[in-house]
Amino acid sequence: MSATLSPEREHLSLRTIDPYTRRRKQRSRFVRGLLLAAMVVAVIPLFLILIEVVRRGWPAMGWEFLTQVQPSGRTPGGGYVHGIIGTFYMVGFATLISVPVGILAAIYLVEYGRGPLTGIIRFFTDVMTGVPSVFVGLFIYALLVRQIGFGAFVGGLGLSVMMLPIIVRSSEEMLRLVPEDQRAASAGLGARKWQTIMKVVLPTAAPGLTTGAMLAVARAAGETAVLLLTALGSLQVVNQFQGQPIASITLLVYRGARQPFAEGQQRAWAGALFLMVMVLLLTLSARYISSRSRR
Amino acid sequence: MTDPDPESALDARPGLQKRTVYEMGTAPVSAEVGAAVFDVEHVDVRYGGNLAVRDISLRIPKGEITALIGPSGCGKSTLLRCLNRMNDLIDGASVEGSIFYHGENIYAPEVDPAEVRRRIGMVFQKPNPFAISIYDNVAFGPRLHGLKKGLDDRVEKALRQAALWDEVKDKLNDSGLALSGGQQQRLCIARAVALEPDVILMDEPASALDPISTLAIEDLMRQLRGHFSIVIVTHNMQQAARVSDRTAFFTVDMQKGIRVGELVEYDRTETIFTNAGDERTEAYITGRFG
Ligand SMILES: Nc1ncnc2c1ncn2[C@@H]1O[C@H](COP(=O)(O)OP(=O)(O)OP(=O)(O)O)[C@@H](O)[C@H]1O
Ligand SMILES: [Mg+2]
Repeated sequence: MSATLSPEREHLSLRTIDPYTRRRKQRSRFVRGLLLAAMVVAVIPLFLILIEVVRRGWPAMGWEFLTQVQPSGRTPGGGYVHGIIGTFYMVGFATLISVPVGILAAIYLVEYGRGPLTGIIRFFTDVMTGVPSVFVGLFIYALLVRQIGFGAFVGGLGLSVMMLPIIVRSSEEMLRLVPEDQRAASAGLGARKWQTIMKVVLPTAAPGLTTGAMLAVARAAGETAVLLLTALGSLQVVNQFQGQPIASITLLVYRGARQPFAEGQQRAWAGALFLMVMVLLLTLSARYISSRSRR
Repeated sequence: MTDPDPESALDARPGLQKRTVYEMGTAPVSAEVGAAVFDVEHVDVRYGGNLAVRDISLRIPKGEITALIGPSGCGKSTLLRCLNRMNDLIDGASVEGSIFYHGENIYAPEVDPAEVRRRIGMVFQKPNPFAISIYDNVAFGPRLHGLKKGLDDRVEKALRQAALWDEVKDKLNDSGLALSGGQQQRLCIARAVALEPDVILMDEPASALDPISTLAIEDLMRQLRGHFSIVIVTHNMQQAARVSDRTAFFTVDMQKGIRVGELVEYDRTETIFTNAGDERTEAYITGRFG
């Protein structure tokens, strides 16, 4: 290298381009084009769905949709309030179970995890992430529904089984992001392990933990197959916690879309729109929380 | 914590081993250490079975500044972490031998490592304040141990002792991370000092700092001297010469291809720097190492 830097070397204009560089530039342009095309292909269906859902769902969306139950038969109007309530009911219950359990499991994995139990927990979270939701529904059905019937409780339980691996995995990552020197600083002041976890690790990881939980909630809100076998669906507002089939937005969309008349289908589109907006809001606030904490 | 009769007090307390007094001249220890905070006796440290330091014995005097120097990898940080049981937090680390802190073996099974670390504060190489306010950083230790009375005074005192008060007194609620590197390190010193520990261990506390902040930290150590016993690891010979009362020189022994840290020499700093007993020490200090 030093040889080429000899002072006698004549200056080449920066604009002269050798064939090798030209080829490299062409290849770079080609790859960039390819990536762009892939991105467009990936986004097109998402975009089409978005437009279609808004276009078809908007006419039926409104105060009535959010506050009234679905009328019977071929009647226009009415809404999905029973589904909205059911979804909130079940997702809320599932969150109440899976967020604490998931975060505690992640704390165990990260802070105490040694030996075979860690491997087992991690293996099962991986497997659970990949289990098709209809299996989860079937499992809850066989285990509980046949004994105690359909209802919000078993539905929420099914949803929490879906949420749990997501929360464990995302929380684990967030806890690992807490720098080791923060733990050392706390231990160096005489903190016990649980004190370090409560006062240093969890507060530092809190925004990340919240983000993970919100994404899991979004996932549960859109879950259908599990609820088919546990909540079953209903045409009225149900306040009973267990023992009575209950509606969810996704179940209403699923059944509404198959109704042989336009009114029912239109309500299904509005339900999809509602769900989409909810999920979008959750995702956006999750992003907001995690971006704000990074400052 | 003054025992009128240390021997009988030791016997009376459970979990305390009587310490074995080694013969003079067998361990490379300066004889004239008066009151000691630490008696390190035949300490071996292993990481996952590999010996990292071998047979370290030394008495660390009370109220003075002791510097640990030596080439990279000779086990200075390892020994320092033994002194407040921070090595317990490292997977696979094991310590053999005994370390007596005011006559009590801190590795006795009944001793609670959290209690050890509360009395023996630590300042790390890289400033590591918590991502909370300056005030909360300093108050962290006291709150941990339920010392909530007079917390404001305690925080102020600690910040004054760390020579940081004037710079931060108007922004105690700002984040500790919003300070400069040197200020952050002094904040970490204040955080350690707020618990009124008996000893402060510092692992290259100035290595990430500019010369001015370094001098500020050294000044600080001189002021804290007497109040606290200080053990400092440093790569900076001048720093060791400037601040410490005693210096321990370690080296890496390369027998059979295995690198093991060993204590070569331990004496008054001026002796080490002007009249070292071992040629390896002299070679290292004068830069003719290796
Ligand atoms: N956490 C650890 N796990 C495994 N081995 C370690 C660990 N910490 C230190 N060691 C080993 O112990 C030996 C001594 O390391 P130590 O960090 O105490 O050296 P040091 O004197 O502080 O070096 P430096 O001046 O570079 O900081 C080295 O061989 C190192 O590889
Ligand atoms: Mg070190």
